[in-house]
Amino acid sequence: MTLRNRLFVLFAAIVVLGGVAAASLLHAADRAGEKDRPRAGGPAIVPGRVSLASGADRRIVFRNMAWGPHRDELVTVPADAPAGRRTASGVRCLRFHASGGTGICLQAVRGAVEDSYRAVVVGPALQERAHYPLPGVPTRARVSPSGRLVAWTVFVGGDSYASASFSTRTAVLDTSTGRLTASLEEFRVVKDGKEHRAADTNFWGVTFSRDDRHFYATMATGGRTYLVRGDLTARTVTTLHQNVECPSLSPDETRVVYKKRVAGAPADAPWHEYVLDLTTLRETALAEPRSVDDQAVWLDDHTVSYSLPGDYGADLYTVPADGSGAPKRLLTAALAPAFLK
Amino acid sequence: MYVADSRSTPATAATAAARDLGPGRRAAVAPTVLALGTVSLVTDVSSEMVTAVLPLYLVAGLGLSPLGFGLLDGVYNGFSALVRLVGGHLADRGGRHKTVAALGYGLSALCKPLLLMAGSLPLIGAVLAADRTGKGLRTAPRDALISLASPEESRGRAFGVHRAMDTAGALIGPLVAFLILRQAAEGYDAVFTVSFCVAAIGVLVLLLFVPSRPRPLTVPPEGAPRASLKAALGLLRVPDVRRLTLTALLLGLATVSDSFVYLLLQRRLGVTDHWFALLPLGTAAAFLLLAVPLGRLADRVGRRRVFLGGHGALLLVYGALLSGWQSPALPFLVLALHGGFYAATDGVLMAAAAGCVPAALRSSGLALVQTGQALARFGCSIAFGAAWTAWGDRWALGAATAVLAVCAAAAFVLRPTTPGAAAAPTTGTVSEESPA
Repeated sequence: MTLRNRLFVLFAAIVVLGGVAAASLLHAADRAGEKDRPRAGGPAIVPGRVSLASGADRRIVFRNMAWGPHRDELVTVPADAPAGRRTASGVRCLRFHASGGTGICLQAVRGAVEDSYRAVVVGPALQERAHYPLPGVPTRARVSPSGRLVAWTVFVGGDSYASASFSTRTAVLDTSTGRLTASLEEFRVVKDGKEHRAADTNFWGVTFSRDDRHFYATMATGGRTYLVRGDLTARTVTTLHQNVECPSLSPDETRVVYKKRVAGAPADAPWHEYVLDLTTLRETALAEPRSVDDQAVWLDDHTVSYSLPGDYGADLYTVPADGSGAPKRLLTAALAPAFLK
Repeated sequence: MYVADSRSTPATAATAAARDLGPGRRAAVAPTVLALGTVSLVTDVSSEMVTAVLPLYLVAGLGLSPLGFGLLDGVYNGFSALVRLVGGHLADRGGRHKTVAALGYGLSALCKPLLLMAGSLPLIGAVLAADRTGKGLRTAPRDALISLASPEESRGRAFGVHRAMDTAGALIGPLVAFLILRQAAEGYDAVFTVSFCVAAIGVLVLLLFVPSRPRPLTVPPEGAPRASLKAALGLLRVPDVRRLTLTALLLGLATVSDSFVYLLLQRRLGVTDHWFALLPLGTAAAFLLLAVPLGRLADRVGRRRVFLGGHGALLLVYGALLSGWQSPALPFLVLALHGGFYAATDGVLMAAAAGCVPAALRSSGLALVQTGQALARFGCSIAFGAAWTAWGDRWALGAATAVLAVCAAAAFVLRPTTPGAAAAPTTGTVSEESPA
């Protein structure tokens, strides 16, 4: 082939492949645009005021996943009418939690070239109190019962070719002093009674005690996961139990509900929701048969809530915390709830 | 910012001086090298687009929990090393470098649309393994083609040009991916489709513009070795090849993986989370800027010297990390040195290896040296992780520094018996040109 012919073949291929690339881009952009239009049968949503203040009516604040102009916004519904009209705040969050008048909103920030993420600490009227840049994609967020401590976990990407390995980073913030522990990896680890150091130590899914000093979390090292109890004053974490991810401490602080990797489950749906008695370390399987990938939230001492994939990304379910009963759908097109009163 | 910093390294200053020494003697880089550089640039745009969005796709798009996914990484690495040897050997048999390279690039291209169809973790793992296989297959034949298309005295520069183009692609890829996601939120399918189209253009450039049988620049001597597995392994009996492989292996044993370097940068030098994701870009930018100057320097003062000098830069990286000195400039200096390490070692090693492996076994020989180095580095990462667990990061790094110093000293002692062989070019007047 002459150089001219070869250049022609290359040019023709670039035109054809460029067309395919442009078509796929337009298709994806169109689909993304569709999510901004409300869909028939979706929940009614009106803009309004969302409050995190204690003392008001019992209510649920969560990330609205329903398509339309208020997608990904924090919305609120009365606790006794969860299927009712949603009031949208205008604040967009990927992950959210609130307690004691403090909220934590992990949100995406559109940049010139690349999206970045940040953690925004908000007050009772969702007004920003402080924000912190995040080193990766948000996954978990939690506020202590008093509203003083805040924790979040993000995924930090891998950096080698065709490698999907990446790690988590968990930060804890004291909102009263502004002191930020950027990574729990700074803490001393006591594993099975001995001090433990490893480059592969990862933490995720913090849940706080009422005393604003102790917390529980997942620690992974050497391919295993552990429930750890942490002490923010002593800056230590101590392993308590194996095969525990995303613990959530009950209001009476006697149990944690968590996801456990179960044998024989498919690789992409490996978990079952369990509750662990912190005194006896006895495990009880909850009645949810599906694999749950979420950090559950307690409604009260007897019921937990968690998300499962749904038509709009995620729906929220509840199940009794003692292994009895059956799961019930609480909210469609909803994620990351806080139950406030 | 990286630009300003990396320019202040002594290595580039030396290059600038070297450049002033011999003007007007530069021949153009061979068209085949530019074509292969273009193939690598385009392919890296394609693959880095995918790499950049893969974590996001797994977490946000598929809702998978990717923890523990990294465990398979080691397996792929070992497998990829073996595939590289196979690719090198296949390419030498009958001089099918281009065919084997095209197979490798083609396989990786086909993996892009497959990623979209693979909805579960094991399937995605399988597709990524196939992608890695393609990369393993193509590396040695491609480097052999570069070396066969360039005259001995300017091979360092040829590899430098290729590596610079390759790295440029790796820097552009993530940008393209994020621009697509900007236009179409959650448009991972568009990212993978565009990535495939880009990869296909790369394969086409290879097929159209890289000659299948590189014109030998030298007439093969009587009784030149024929490509066979036995002959490939027999390369290790050639003193220069053995010395070079041993040098690469020794120094590889003290080269801790990039992710550890970035982790240490954060822990010991206090790089904030916000910058963490950008650290690999710093290394890549320095690599991009220094690859050609250091390749040319290697042609002038000897490849072995520059290769060892690169490890000197790595030693400085370790030293800076050990110092724990909290200065805003230090992370930039560390990244510039780290990129300089790659620029002084990656292509330069191939240029040096090409000098002592006969053309008929070029691909196998290069694969042998690369594999030795890759396995040594892999071993180092495992040992480093274990040392970290046992002694903590400071002592692990101290041990790595000591091992690197000892290995560098040993590599220095392993100098070739024949002056110039395996290191400085054997032909022309270039080897005498070392600056005063």
